[in-house]
Amino acid sequence: MVSESFKYITATFLLVSFLTYSLVLYFHSPPPLGQSTESTAAGKLLWQKYNCTACHQIYGLGGYLGPDLTNVYSKKGIQHIKAFLKTGSNTMPDYHLSDDEIESICDFLKVIDASGNSDPRLFIKNSNGTIQLIQ
Amino acid sequence: MEPSSLSNKPNSYNYFVVALFLLSAGLVFGLLGALQYIIPGFLKEYLSFEKIRPLHVSSVVFWIILAATGSTLTYVQQHTKRKIYSSFLMKAQLAIFVFAIAIILISYIIGVFGGREYWEFPPLLALPIAIGWILFLFNVFKSLKGLRNQPVYVWMWMTGCVFFLFTFLESYLWIFPYFRNNIIHDMTIQWKSYGSIVGSWNMLIYGCSIFLMDKISESTHYSYSRIAFSLYFLGLFNLMFNWGHHIYTLPTHDYVKNISYLVSMTELLIFGRIIYSWKSSLTQARKNLHIESYRFLLAADIWVFLTLFLAILMSIPSINVYTHGTHITVAHTMGATIGINTMLLFAFCFDILKSKNNAANTNHKYSLISWAFTNISLLIFWITLIVAGVLKAKWQMAQTQIPFSSMMKSLQPAFIIFFLAGCALVLGLVAIIQRILRSN
Ligand code: HEC
Ligand code: HEM
Repeated sequence: MVSESFKYITATFLLVSFLTYSLVLYFHSPPPLGQSTESTAAGKLLWQKYNCTACHQIYGLGGYLGPDLTNVYSKKGIQHIKAFLKTGSNTMPDYHLSDDEIESICDFLKVIDASGNSDPRLFIKNSNGTIQLIQ
Repeated sequence: MEPSSLSNKPNSYNYFVVALFLLSAGLVFGLLGALQYIIPGFLKEYLSFEKIRPLHVSSVVFWIILAATGSTLTYVQQHTKRKIYSSFLMKAQLAIFVFAIAIILISYIIGVFGGREYWEFPPLLALPIAIGWILFLFNVFKSLKGLRNQPVYVWMWMTGCVFFLFTFLESYLWIFPYFRNNIIHDMTIQWKSYGSIVGSWNMLIYGCSIFLMDKISESTHYSYSRIAFSLYFLGLFNLMFNWGHHIYTLPTHDYVKNISYLVSMTELLIFGRIIYSWKSSLTQARKNLHIESYRFLLAADIWVFLTLFLAILMSIPSINVYTHGTHITVAHTMGATIGINTMLLFAFCFDILKSKNNAANTNHKYSLISWAFTNISLLIFWITLIVAGVLKAKWQMAQTQIPFSSMMKSLQPAFIIFFLAGCALVLGLVAIIQRILRSN
């Protein structure tokens, strides 16, 4: 048997730590790399509207039928992205996007590209199990 | 404590019918999704992968949520030996969920999205889900009347109720531009909430499984024990702080990653321990009396070990950097949601829905075969996903990479086995679903 007061103290301690941690995370945002604009904000909502995440990953997160797009902007260039957005591919749907929509999505992918790198080859693996991006 | 003391058909019956229907639909969508892996462009015009994936994932997630809330509502009544606080709220909760889920699935089919991964539906539809959950929470809390001298599963149910609501709402903070406009901040909070949401429904499900284990063994020894409470607090600690292992490569705060890494390693001690010691204390007679449920508890036990083993490896950042972004993640997710969650929910279904004098329960041979067939198929399914993941990881790490589409083509044999194992898994699961519905 565990004493009732011990249970309440442990639960309260965990709860307070959790709420504190949550608040810290809400208000201590990581430095925004890459300039967000109205167009990138619109791009993010379009990304959600068309559910690009079902097939693509950002920082490795998302569905797996298509490639990770975190750094597609710098690796393949804007023309390459536009080509895919205009016609789709064998698997990727053609969404019949307007030119404005295509611009916004490209701006969104540009900001993501500037925020960091998701290529696993660029991480050093430390002996204590942690990893570090090669600068 | 027998369910029949409440009435022959439990008042949660409809929860299970809807839940099992959603599971069946989810299986069909899963197979269609796997087909799109092996036949590029399959159904592209009508149900392309951006529709199929959320259809699959939402159907099975709502199977888990409905069966878990249905089981909790039933076991709360068996625990208190009283009827639920409000049958009306219970019906209202189900009605609201059914209404919201139907609209969600339809919106996917016609290609209307707007949310984010796992909750891809337009954010307005989160409102009925949250309202339905508040009714559930209220009903459970009113029925249980506090935590004093309660067994560990009551703590787990209450924790699950509260944390699901909190983390579900948290996963919608993105609707405020403050959170949404910094993409890294947004993804940090997104995965904070997702990690804990899964932990929350696990609290409900693990709580129910401890209740059921007590019931089968006719002993409350474990649910009041020091070890049960220690593991509960450890589980809660993980629910709160281990979610950063999803985002090791995201350029967010280092402390998020370090905290998660350390906390994740404490998972080594969790859960398996309880079932392990419980099982060895059971007599053969008790096992036979509850053979259907017992088998599924046993299967979940094995999957807990396999899944935890994989999860703990994946929580080490220097291993995660290889597995992240590959089908090893999918192996982990489906391994846990099928092997652990679905197996445990089946155990509850058999326990809750079986009637005293049913014939289906005596057909031991058929039941053993469908159980074994499902688990073996799942094992092959799981291993194939891991193999596909390892091959993709090798590609990700290669100095000179062939194009993405060529890599996917070279993985075709793995995806074909994945599909075939998936077909076998579906056969096994459908046989079990049918037995559950007939056992009433
Ligand atoms: C049904 C799945 C699917 C959906 C949905 C989808 N894509 Fe794709 N996309 C793919 C696949 C598969 C490829 C790779 C095709 C190839 O390499 O032949 C691809 C390629 C791309 C590429 C080129 C990547 C590269 O590395 O060459 C970009 C950019 C892209 N998609 C953007 C998007 C955006 C933006 C959306 C949402 C508006 C989207 N995709 C929705 C499947 C999808
Ligand atoms: C009880 C049964 C099942 C459950 C609970 C389940 C659950 C899930 C979950 C949670 C995901 C999301 C994975 C992630 O994001 O990491 C997923 C993805 C998927 N599942 Fe299942 N699943 C089930 C059965 C099946 C079956 C039988 C198939 C068919 C072969 C299948 C095929 C898929 C596919 C193709 C994906 C998408 C993978 C991707 O993102 O590319 N699932 N499933």
